[in-house]
Amino acid sequence: MAFLDFRGGSGRVQIVSKRRATCGRHSWSPRVGACVQRTHLVRKRALLGGSNKPRLHVGSGAMEGAMQTESKIRADSRTEPGPRGPGCSLRHFACEQNLLSRPDGSASFLQGDTSVLAGVYGPAEVKISKEIFNKATLEVILRPKTGLPGVAEKSRERLIRNTCEAVVLGALHPRTSITVVLQVVSDAGSLLACCLNAACMALVDAGVPMRALFCGVTCALDSDGTLMLDPTAKQEKEARAVLTFALDSVERKLLMSTTKGLYSDAELQQCLAAAQTASTHVFRFYRESLQRRYSKS
Amino acid sequence: RTVEPLEYYRRFLKENCRPDGRELGEFRTTTVNVGSIGTADGSSLVKLGNTTVICGIKAEFGAPPTDAPDKGYVVPNVDLSPLCSWRFRSGPPGEEAQVASQFIADVIENSQIIQKEDLCISSGKLAWVLYCDLICLNHDGNILDACTFALLAALKNVQLPEVTINEETALAEVNLKKKSYLNIRTHPVATSFAVFDDTLLIVDPTEEEEHLATGTLTVVMDEEGKLCCLHKPGGSGLTGAKLQDCMSRAVTRHKEVKKLMDEVFKSMKPK
Repeated sequence: MAFLDFRGGSGRVQIVSKRRATCGRHSWSPRVGACVQRTHLVRKRALLGGSNKPRLHVGSGAMEGAMQTESKIRADSRTEPGPRGPGCSLRHFACEQNLLSRPDGSASFLQGDTSVLAGVYGPAEVKISKEIFNKATLEVILRPKTGLPGVAEKSRERLIRNTCEAVVLGALHPRTSITVVLQVVSDAGSLLACCLNAACMALVDAGVPMRALFCGVTCALDSDGTLMLDPTAKQEKEARAVLTFALDSVERKLLMSTTKGLYSDAELQQCLAAAQTASTHVFRFYRESLQRRYSKS
Repeated sequence: RTVEPLEYYRRFLKENCRPDGRELGEFRTTTVNVGSIGTADGSSLVKLGNTTVICGIKAEFGAPPTDAPDKGYVVPNVDLSPLCSWRFRSGPPGEEAQVASQFIADVIENSQIIQKEDLCISSGKLAWVLYCDLICLNHDGNILDACTFALLAALKNVQLPEVTINEETALAEVNLKKKSYLNIRTHPVATSFAVFDDTLLIVDPTEEEEHLATGTLTVVMDEEGKLCCLHKPGGSGLTGAKLQDCMSRAVTRHKEVKKLMDEVFKSMKPK
């Protein structure tokens, strides 16, 4: 898999204690001194099919071929029926952190066949024209899979940026810039939600102080009113309405929402409730993946 | 007011009112003027307090897209020039203009305000393309509401001439004497809210209020209470109950706007 190539040849030793001290409320234990940065890899055997269980991989540097399957992490809730029947479940998801060496933080998030790669640079130097005297300037760049970025990308960048601004504690790093770069690797439905999740994981990986984590959930309503969570591209096209929400981890409040299509008020409340239950699964996955990443060090 | 704008505002919000004397749920005076631009096929001018947006629609011929040969299309473009606010510079459209254009395109698409098949003249060969240019003349906050309203009013004002395809020459013949109005199916109306300090919601924010707000929310509703668009670009979190309040306010706003529109169009009919 291509992910393996990103890690360098030898084991990486990095002093991370400074970063972690700024990291507010997370469940990380501050490490003093040097520690070996391990790459947490959760990957699927085959991208097609989807009946495979993602496996955990804890690598320690030299890894080409050294694949030890530790344990399986079931990051899906396919067995749980939602409020409207068996159609409500999230696809398999997988996340890998710290796979790029240049950005301060990076993450790759996979949801079914949709995959987004995110890199975070910051807090870093900011142009005088863009600096804000009491906060960090957040910038989001979204690159589509093919073609040049257009107006739709600008609109999505604005949505992601405003969501991140609401959670990132910019006041701790005034007159700096935090840049989030997102690259769409493959698009098979629920793209915006996947971008949000990748951005959150990358911000966590970079050690940017945040007041809460956030996650993206997509719901689709088809013509007879059935609710579908995490729709595929085909389901999105056939749906009457597609709603994407970003929810925060503390109180499951609605941070961002963008919708396409016609729907009623009651349906909106229903989708929101379903998204809130789905977000618990996503947050549990975040927590588990971060725990596994730092547990061996 | 200039030194501590947030504190100044908080003092007013505590009394449940705003510096310009409005209630928290009150809109500014809305004025509409249709058909003012003679060279455009349809036009309108909307003033929401000081925010002024003018919309001009030009209908031109174009080839229908290959994946939908029996549909015409609508191309909206929001232009925020340096004229309307000190924040914008001349040159390629900035982020706010692009986001607004995308928002209007989504509203047209989602609400199905016109049936695209109505715009088709000859399947696969010729269709109407409506270029909607929304120009902001004065930006005092709540640009999205003003743009949606201007677009709706202008679309209702558009008159398309009758086109027949000449069988022999295969050219289109335009009959400028016979014009017909577009068939507007729904009336989407946008209501914008600003969130203050994670709790307070105010309707129709001015530019100053938008700047100080921690988040914004725009709801686009049509007649039957169906939502076309719930645009909340980040900002502080909202609970389900707060959303419900917004919905009910949006419903009342829709009624107000519809009444205004009907009045305007009734007064225009005798030509």
